[in-house]
Amino acid sequence: MTEKSLNTFKGTLVQERQLKEVIAKHHDQPGGLMPILQEAQGIYGYLPIEVQTMIAEGLNISLSEVYGVATFYSQFSLTPKGEHRISVCLGTACYVKGSDKILEAVENKLGIKSGECTPDGMFSIDSCRCVGACGLAPVMMIDDDVYGKLTPDQVGKIIDSYVNKKGGKKE
Amino acid sequence: MTIEELNKIKKSREDLVKVRKIIAEEGEKLAKKTGYRKQVLVCGGTGCTSSGSQKVLEALDSELKKQGLDKEILVVRTGCFGLCSLGPIMIVYPEGAFYAQATPEGVIRVVDEHLKNGKICKDLLYQETVHEDGSIISLYETNFYKKQKRVALRNCGVIDPENIEEYIATDGYQALYKVLNEMKPDDVIKEILDSGIRGRGGAGFPTGKKWQFAKASQGDVKYVCCNADEGDPGAFMDRSILEGDPHAVLEAMAIAGYTIGAHQGYIYVRAEYPVAVNRLKIAIDQAREYGLLGKDIFGKGFDFDIEIRLGAGAFVCGEETALMTSIEGHRGEPRPRPPFPAVKGLFGKPTVLNNVETLANIAQIIRKGAAWYSSMGTETSKGTKVFALGGKITNVGLVEIPMGTTLREIVEEIGGGIPNGKKFKAAQTGGPSGGCIPACHIDTPIDYEHLTALGSMMGSGGLIIMDEDTCMVDISKFYLNFTVDESCGKCTPCRIGTRRLLQFLEKITSGNGELEDLDKIEELANHMKNSSLCALGQSAPNPVLSTISYFRDEYIAHIVDKKCPAGVCKDLLRYEIDASKCRGCTLCARNCPVGAISGTVKNPHVIDTDKCIKCGLCVKNCKFGAVVKK
Repeated sequence: MTEKSLNTFKGTLVQERQLKEVIAKHHDQPGGLMPILQEAQGIYGYLPIEVQTMIAEGLNISLSEVYGVATFYSQFSLTPKGEHRISVCLGTACYVKGSDKILEAVENKLGIKSGECTPDGMFSIDSCRCVGACGLAPVMMIDDDVYGKLTPDQVGKIIDSYVNKKGGKKE
Repeated sequence: MTIEELNKIKKSREDLVKVRKIIAEEGEKLAKKTGYRKQVLVCGGTGCTSSGSQKVLEALDSELKKQGLDKEILVVRTGCFGLCSLGPIMIVYPEGAFYAQATPEGVIRVVDEHLKNGKICKDLLYQETVHEDGSIISLYETNFYKKQKRVALRNCGVIDPENIEEYIATDGYQALYKVLNEMKPDDVIKEILDSGIRGRGGAGFPTGKKWQFAKASQGDVKYVCCNADEGDPGAFMDRSILEGDPHAVLEAMAIAGYTIGAHQGYIYVRAEYPVAVNRLKIAIDQAREYGLLGKDIFGKGFDFDIEIRLGAGAFVCGEETALMTSIEGHRGEPRPRPPFPAVKGLFGKPTVLNNVETLANIAQIIRKGAAWYSSMGTETSKGTKVFALGGKITNVGLVEIPMGTTLREIVEEIGGGIPNGKKFKAAQTGGPSGGCIPACHIDTPIDYEHLTALGSMMGSGGLIIMDEDTCMVDISKFYLNFTVDESCGKCTPCRIGTRRLLQFLEKITSGNGELEDLDKIEELANHMKNSSLCALGQSAPNPVLSTISYFRDEYIAHIVDKKCPAGVCKDLLRYEIDASKCRGCTLCARNCPVGAISGTVKNPHVIDTDKCIKCGLCVKNCKFGAVVKK
């Protein structure tokens, strides 16, 4: 593993209890691993190896099996995400309308690349495949808000409006 | 739930929903009967929600309360109307007045002038619905809707998807009753076979055959799966159906369950569709509450229930065997076929897997009969098809047309043509598995066979329109980037083949291509088609092959002349300043981020091509159009 040391696991006992409840809920359900991983990511924000180990032990399956599933799907992240999650749609409709330039503008603004998180943990950038808002192409999402019909020069201002906002995730 | 109870609910709400389908005097008479003078429909689909329809709804609710109109005017939050680029969309019945790009401020005016005093705010309407003489036409008479035939989308934008009684009011769950009450499984299969409906997910396998095979398979436990893992970028018809008419899918799954002998269904839906997932959950809960899912449905001794499983962002899970592997909780890798899912599917049991749009047609086929359905469409492709129209087209949105409609009708009439006076260049169908249809084939009727003959495919229904500014080599590179990312890695032809194909294209777009690369691409593509495990790898070369066959000159321009005719591929671009147009205003030099432009005031400037990073800022800043891309 080459994860940076700043990503040390900081799970709390409360989170661990929640995770155990989730594991117990899906324990006997056929194909329960996926819903467990999804809910675990909801609890911790990402799926560090410590969490995967707990899931593997809870389900009595090997860690490699859990890791295999966690790394297969793009929704699962093994590294923490920013407080505000930016995703730029690179689906066809958006791409044809120049969403690659939107992504470039976001990357330039924050000084990080897609898939990375700013050092202060405020923002992370991802590209995504089609949020289904093709009528508004090109589109980017910050947390649960969708911004459509974008031009690259609007990006900076939109990101600025999040700098002082706390907590991207809706409860 | 008994049929009498179902009919009672239907009757109590029928007129209310009917008002939304008939316009003018007749609608007005009917509206009086319903107790609501007017109804306001606001789109709550993902597209309009992103444009702010929630705020419009809130403003509407509070303003109606304030004016004391909330008892006589009904507000309905519906699914997608289809014209997403005009969102948020709001329609007032019985007039059928179509307000486009509604805002909270506009809504306050509409409440005051239109809903209270009966004067339509014509300046806020979608312009195409207002005639020069001031008369208005309804949404259904616009060019966008006129040629459409809404079957799978019949309730989208009409009913409230979060209220099961609205679905029941439009004959909902009548087909399920009919099947349980008077049809044997073989009768159902015959009806579906006779209708000629084929799978709308992409491959076009006859749905009746699928059901027939699954029924014939021996086994005490069987499953019905719904594929709602709509992964093609640019395609959103399944999402719109789930958001606008979720019960149509549930009813069809129950019918499929009865037919093949299954009691459990799974809907595998993308986690990226939160609105759709939420509406599905509500729909399933309501159906259980009304006894339309669960034990002993309609007292006929048939049990059926449905569970939702969320995808996690893997395109390959749209492939049927990969989808089932994923529901089982594993890496979503495809399995070799045979055995086919109808024999050995989910958890090793016989399984029927249908796409959302396919299922949305089933109840209507049962109710109206196979002959009705097969009267639409062409010889081999029956019924209608929903397309997500996107890219460089005026009316971006969702359209449903009878099979056999030509591409020209879709682009020029329904789609309203190409914006900004540009020329139509190609239409891409089938997403990363499909191909491009060039302008010379614009009169091709759209059905399974014609699209395949042109080297594309029906796919799930993404239809991306491209104009002269789109580089076809770049677009194939885009699709291959996608398939490289999404190849699951299980089989070699796909895992390595997609990457090699991408490398060829990168070589060409960077100006290092050689003519023999084209032959190598074709050879490699054929190997991939023949030897990949699943449809992802088998069809991944389609975007490249179809563009090479129709736009070979563009590839040759990249390879031989080292030029990108559309001016997209950065490495082949040169920015130059036309000395005759340059006034020497220095704006470009001052804005150039790398200092590549030199020149003195009032004298023509020059770009140093070695320093230029081709960002295009100079083009944007020049007021005289003197900077040209070559």
